[in-house]
Amino acid sequence: MSDEIRIVVKNFNAYYGEKHALKNVNIDIPANKIMAMIGPSGCGKSTFLRSINRMNDLIENFKVDGQMMIDGNDVYDKTIDVTSLRRRVGMVFQKPNPFPKTIYENVAYGLRVNRLFKDNKELEHKIEKSLVEAGLWEEVKDDLDKSAFELSGGQQQRLCIARALVIQPEVILMDEPTASLDPISTAKIEELIQVLKKDYTIVIVTHNMQQAARVADNTSFFMLGELIEYDVTSRMFTKPVKKITEDYITGRFG
Amino acid sequence: MATHKGMRKNFIEWILPLTASVSLVFLLGIACTLVAASLPVFKSVTLQGFLFGKEWIPTAETPSLGIWSLMIASLYVTLGAIIFALPLGLGSAVYIAELASPTVKEVLKPVMEILAGIPSVVFGFFGIVFVAPIVQRLFHLDTGLCGFTAAIILGIIVIPTVASISEDAVSAISKDLRNASYALGANRWETIIKAVLPAAKSGIFTSIILGISRALGETMTVLMVAGGAVKIPTGLFVPMRPITATIAGEMGETVVGSPHYHALFAMGLVLFIINIIFNLVADRFQKGKRNV
Repeated sequence: MSDEIRIVVKNFNAYYGEKHALKNVNIDIPANKIMAMIGPSGCGKSTFLRSINRMNDLIENFKVDGQMMIDGNDVYDKTIDVTSLRRRVGMVFQKPNPFPKTIYENVAYGLRVNRLFKDNKELEHKIEKSLVEAGLWEEVKDDLDKSAFELSGGQQQRLCIARALVIQPEVILMDEPTASLDPISTAKIEELIQVLKKDYTIVIVTHNMQQAARVADNTSFFMLGELIEYDVTSRMFTKPVKKITEDYITGRFG
Repeated sequence: MATHKGMRKNFIEWILPLTASVSLVFLLGIACTLVAASLPVFKSVTLQGFLFGKEWIPTAETPSLGIWSLMIASLYVTLGAIIFALPLGLGSAVYIAELASPTVKEVLKPVMEILAGIPSVVFGFFGIVFVAPIVQRLFHLDTGLCGFTAAIILGIIVIPTVASISEDAVSAISKDLRNASYALGANRWETIIKAVLPAAKSGIFTSIILGISRALGETMTVLMVAGGAVKIPTGLFVPMRPITATIAGEMGETVVGSPHYHALFAMGLVLFIINIIFNLVADRFQKGKRNV
């Protein structure tokens, strides 16, 4: 792993009130790669993901200590503007969550709230570009004014990806993005993730170990809030160092 | 045991549907009575003359039975009330649903319910002794008992309706949607204005329509504070007499079976129809919410 590092995490701890949800996590996430996080439910992988763009701030009694740096900037610095952080770190959720608006307005949302366009022409251009990037343009180009709810689940998820891409983040966090999708839609999203890593650093949480093996360059295994093992995916799935990692990926528990 | 079970089955299958149908029976009964008691008025006046007639002199030798001025008065105080209540009601809804801490919420929601439960005669009293004098002094009026005062008091009465239905609508918006907005770099305010409120708009429309129909039907308050003048109001700051106040005020003094008597019923029918329309529209909006 001698690549350029985008996210550096040192001695990172997270707490929900009394509950110690992440214990002293140290991890370097390389740029323009896909990093998968696996582990049993409640192992802290989603907490970790949501700590990167501070979505956990919305939860009462959530506290962190340690360091989380993106491109050398401390994510938890007191002076940082959380909304501008979230503009740089996009997120795709487990269940497709489009707004009850048109397809067009769904993608436009991030541009509008962040005022990232000069005129309607630029707005339209950016929306088209990100829909193309998300592999959805051909399917929706004649229906941009239709409600996003008329799309299939897989299309909705790609719309959510387009919505995240349009504000040009550096990092994209994906929280089990295919958990609620059928196999064909899942395959499409996985293909898309592969294409996207050229331009973005991708961190993906998945319950599905085959998915991690298929898409990720690097894989990390979490358990009970600790990072157990972190390695190049191929090595992780063939020659894991720790016994417990091997037990998990061979399906002995979890 | 068997008979006991059988009785229970009978109870569930017959008695409960019967109790549930009571409302329907009453509704139909009221509708029939209203129509039957209204129709004779059209022996003395045409439908057009009744609705759009500018004069309401029901006790003259040949009575003039035009309710136009009363309808305009109702329209004025109702619109005034909703204009007053909407920002306050919606504001409270957003505050309770989005911003208030659980403790504040626990205080505000019951307070809202208590406000909704105050008898309207108390509001009317409050209007006469407190609001009317202030309005009179503030706007240099001959009397503070006018459409404006009525609109404010009605507005206060309507706030809990708007607030509680809107609050339900806003609270029902899923966390996923808010998260989507926050994750795109929107702050709390932008999330409320651009994501949550648009998503809750059908519920908010419902609250407005139910608020309007509440204000339109409110009687005691307008009888007490609207001023009672029977002429087409030239603005909100003159005394006026809405439909409900007219019915309540005159029903006791009229001769049963006279054109005046039937005209009062016909006014009630007009209100009844308007209210049914509003409720159907509100129902539509609420259904719309489910299949967005």
